[in-house]
Amino acid sequence: MAKVHVTTSVNGEEREVLCEPHQSLLDVLRDELGMTGTKEGCATGDCGACSVLIDGRLVCSCLMLGVEAEGVDITTIEGIANGSELHVLQRKFLEHAALQCGICTPGFIVAAKALLDTNPDPDETTIRYWLAGNLCRCTGYDKIVRAVQDAAQELAYEA
Amino acid sequence: MAEAHDYKAIGTSPVRPDGVDKVTGRANFGADLNLPNMLHGKVLRSPHAHARIRSVDVSRALEMDGVYAAISGADFPSGAEGDIQGEGGGTVSDLAQNIVARDKALYHGHPVAAVAAKTPYIAERALDLIEVDYEVLPPVLDVDEAMADGATLINENLHTNGDTSQPASNVAGITKFERGDVDEAFAEADLIVEGEYRTPTAHQGYIEPHACTATYSEEGKATIWCCTQGHFDVRSLTASVLGVSVGDLKVIPSEIGGGFGGKTVIYLEPLAVKLSEVSGRPVKMVMSREEVFRATGPTSATHSRVKVGAKKDGTITAASAWIAYEAGAFPGAPVGPGCMAIFAPYDLPNFRVEGFDVLVNKPKVAAYRAPGAPQAMYAMESAVDDLARELDMDPIDLRLMNAADEGTQAPYGPTFPPIGIRDCLQAAKAHPNYTTPKGEGVGRGIAAGFWFNIGMQSSAEVRLSEDGTVTVVEGNPDIGGTRASMCLMAAETLGVPYETVRAHVGDTESTGFCNVTGGSRTTFATGMAVVQACEDIIAQCKQRAAATWDIDADQVDWTDGEAVPQPGVNVDVQPLSLADIAGNAGRTGGPILGRASLNAQGAGASFSVNMADVTVDRETGKVDVVNFTAIQDAGTAIHRAYVEGQMQGGAVQGLGWALNEEYVYDANGEMENAGFLDYRVPVTSDMPMIDTHIVEVPNPSHPYGVRGVGETPIVAPLSVAANAVRDALGFRIPDLPLSPPNVLAAIDDREGA
Ligand code: FES
Ligand code: FES
Repeated sequence: MAKVHVTTSVNGEEREVLCEPHQSLLDVLRDELGMTGTKEGCATGDCGACSVLIDGRLVCSCLMLGVEAEGVDITTIEGIANGSELHVLQRKFLEHAALQCGICTPGFIVAAKALLDTNPDPDETTIRYWLAGNLCRCTGYDKIVRAVQDAAQELAYEA
Repeated sequence: MAEAHDYKAIGTSPVRPDGVDKVTGRANFGADLNLPNMLHGKVLRSPHAHARIRSVDVSRALEMDGVYAAISGADFPSGAEGDIQGEGGGTVSDLAQNIVARDKALYHGHPVAAVAAKTPYIAERALDLIEVDYEVLPPVLDVDEAMADGATLINENLHTNGDTSQPASNVAGITKFERGDVDEAFAEADLIVEGEYRTPTAHQGYIEPHACTATYSEEGKATIWCCTQGHFDVRSLTASVLGVSVGDLKVIPSEIGGGFGGKTVIYLEPLAVKLSEVSGRPVKMVMSREEVFRATGPTSATHSRVKVGAKKDGTITAASAWIAYEAGAFPGAPVGPGCMAIFAPYDLPNFRVEGFDVLVNKPKVAAYRAPGAPQAMYAMESAVDDLARELDMDPIDLRLMNAADEGTQAPYGPTFPPIGIRDCLQAAKAHPNYTTPKGEGVGRGIAAGFWFNIGMQSSAEVRLSEDGTVTVVEGNPDIGGTRASMCLMAAETLGVPYETVRAHVGDTESTGFCNVTGGSRTTFATGMAVVQACEDIIAQCKQRAAATWDIDADQVDWTDGEAVPQPGVNVDVQPLSLADIAGNAGRTGGPILGRASLNAQGAGASFSVNMADVTVDRETGKVDVVNFTAIQDAGTAIHRAYVEGQMQGGAVQGLGWALNEEYVYDANGEMENAGFLDYRVPVTSDMPMIDTHIVEVPNPSHPYGVRGVGETPIVAPLSVAANAVRDALGFRIPDLPLSPPNVLAAIDDREGA
């Protein structure tokens, strides 16, 4: 099967990749570009472990084809920190012990960033519904919700 | 009660040492390893729940372009004998047949063959070319069917408790024990409550699917990278299936994306090694979510009957239980621990328990957080709740009246050392979520939980760097913050700041043997080894200081991370810090390395009391959890936030089991909901905040009083939810899950709709 040449931007850097027409964006990120921070929990759009931002919008990368990434801006977990400075969400997840095994964490942080980018002051219910597409089997969600609340508060304070 | 300690590090909640890697995507999990020249392996699975395999032909798959190996059961040694060494138990032969079927497929999803190809896509296509000739047999899908007279036999050579004088049976084993005069005690009771309960097949539901990569070398040795709760067990289990020595295998654990018991066993590893051997290239295998549901985990569905007799004042005189557990396709349901746990919170003079380990055509069950206890205690705690109602007694008072204490002989034999059940009950009674009257239409439920916890074998090494920083090396994959708890205990023992200590999880060749991260044993047993290894360091540091000062080592004290001469020893010297001694080590005898290995005894039991308020929508049958309170004895909380996290995570996992999760099978034994869309685990919007209250009754067998905390949290939520729904509806629904369709059907039934 002929591979397709795709030019895309990942975390602000232009990348060229040859992908099979059937490969998901998740597989292209992980297997072709070696960016394994984005995780696969289901490959059917049900767990959110593969969350990325496409032109700022939250997307399950397992539900998008690699070839559809032509010309878009992709943000993955590897692009959330600013150089060696953690994003406030990353810091708050650490401070609140909002991860146990950590497999869901990249997806939660990307999804929470998408929320705070558009709604800097979400209430608990908004956070819970926004993150309802991300599964965590370890934490019971309590500390994740608190970490996001705290991050929002710090961002509001800085603004 | 607990003595007050002024610990410096213990009981705080610092950021974990592996944290930054896990929030930046840098941490490597099971599927994240890629090697040059690597192939991708895929498994062909049985499309039948029960079938004889007449033949398997992989030749056409091998002819496909890009396919480098294709194997089936015939490629593995047959006739493996002996029992498995390790936490799970069972026989090598059953394990080997679960890895790949030989003459019979025993569940829908049972591996039959495997291929390795250049891409995952080619490997998938190649599976279609493997020809398997099946003779389809009728499936046996639940305990009642399996135990019925004339049931189809899943294994014609299986006899109950190995007794070949009896006809073959699907019942692999019966566990019975009894104390006192049970019949007499029931006769003396003023009232008796009885119930019959069912719990569904449910999955651990870790978010990371099983994954491994193996390379086989020309000298006959293999290296395996995988996500596991215990790489030493992966090594021994894989070696036994392959018929090689453990010395031929090296296992390197990746980070692990959840396990809950389900990653204490192996599935892919022997296949990956064999595919690598045949192809001469590294082979990576990653399960899909569907494969995880169809062929790993789950935990036993159960059917149970419980009877409790009491005096009018609430004193329980007798209890009895009959519990049948589904084992899946091979013996090994957690019936022993279930039977031992069921009455553990109570001081019962008279009881009888009978448990059954029953084969059905479902995946072989794997450990799931407090294996066996949630199902058994669900039955008992529901009956105790009914008893409180019959007696018109507060359910906490009833439990306080009958609670076990230090000195009580546990139903499972030993005499309890200090335990926390009473403290948990008292904390519940005083908790604002209990003292606040419940709202209109709200149901409130309360129940107790328990888990034994285990000790077992651990090793640890503690190394001093030349600037006095400390590296802890141990062999337990960090599934929820154990590196942090090891560092806290090391910092406390050595008297140095937490930030100067790092923890490393070594592979099977770089660290001493450790049993699995399971049984709530890591912080207890491996923690104990770390503390002892630190004490070894301190002893050596005292010697080095003594040599420097020209006094005896027993004239040196270790205080706040420094060697100081004992009071009254007449030398004029400055204290030597860990950094001073480490920096000078080359001149005082060489590098300083502490080590310890042990078989830890005295893992203290951890009791819990949980409660919740719920509402039930009578139109839809949906149960909403309004609040949830988890109270648990941690012995001593080492990392407070991660102890809370275990309690919260277990609560929500238990609520998922109680309120929604179940395997749905069609008549042919095919699971119909093998994905997260239809096997719906709790999501963020389903849950409230989970309130926690940590009780600390120190475990006398651990230097800092630790009890394991990881498993107990999942035990009580099943009965808490059921008791709360009972309270809200005014009648009990004895079969879990209390999912909207089941609750609605029960309401309709009740109201004669
Ligand atoms: S892997 Fe994409 S949603 Fe689960
Ligand atoms: S921390 Fe393990 S799944 Fe979320």
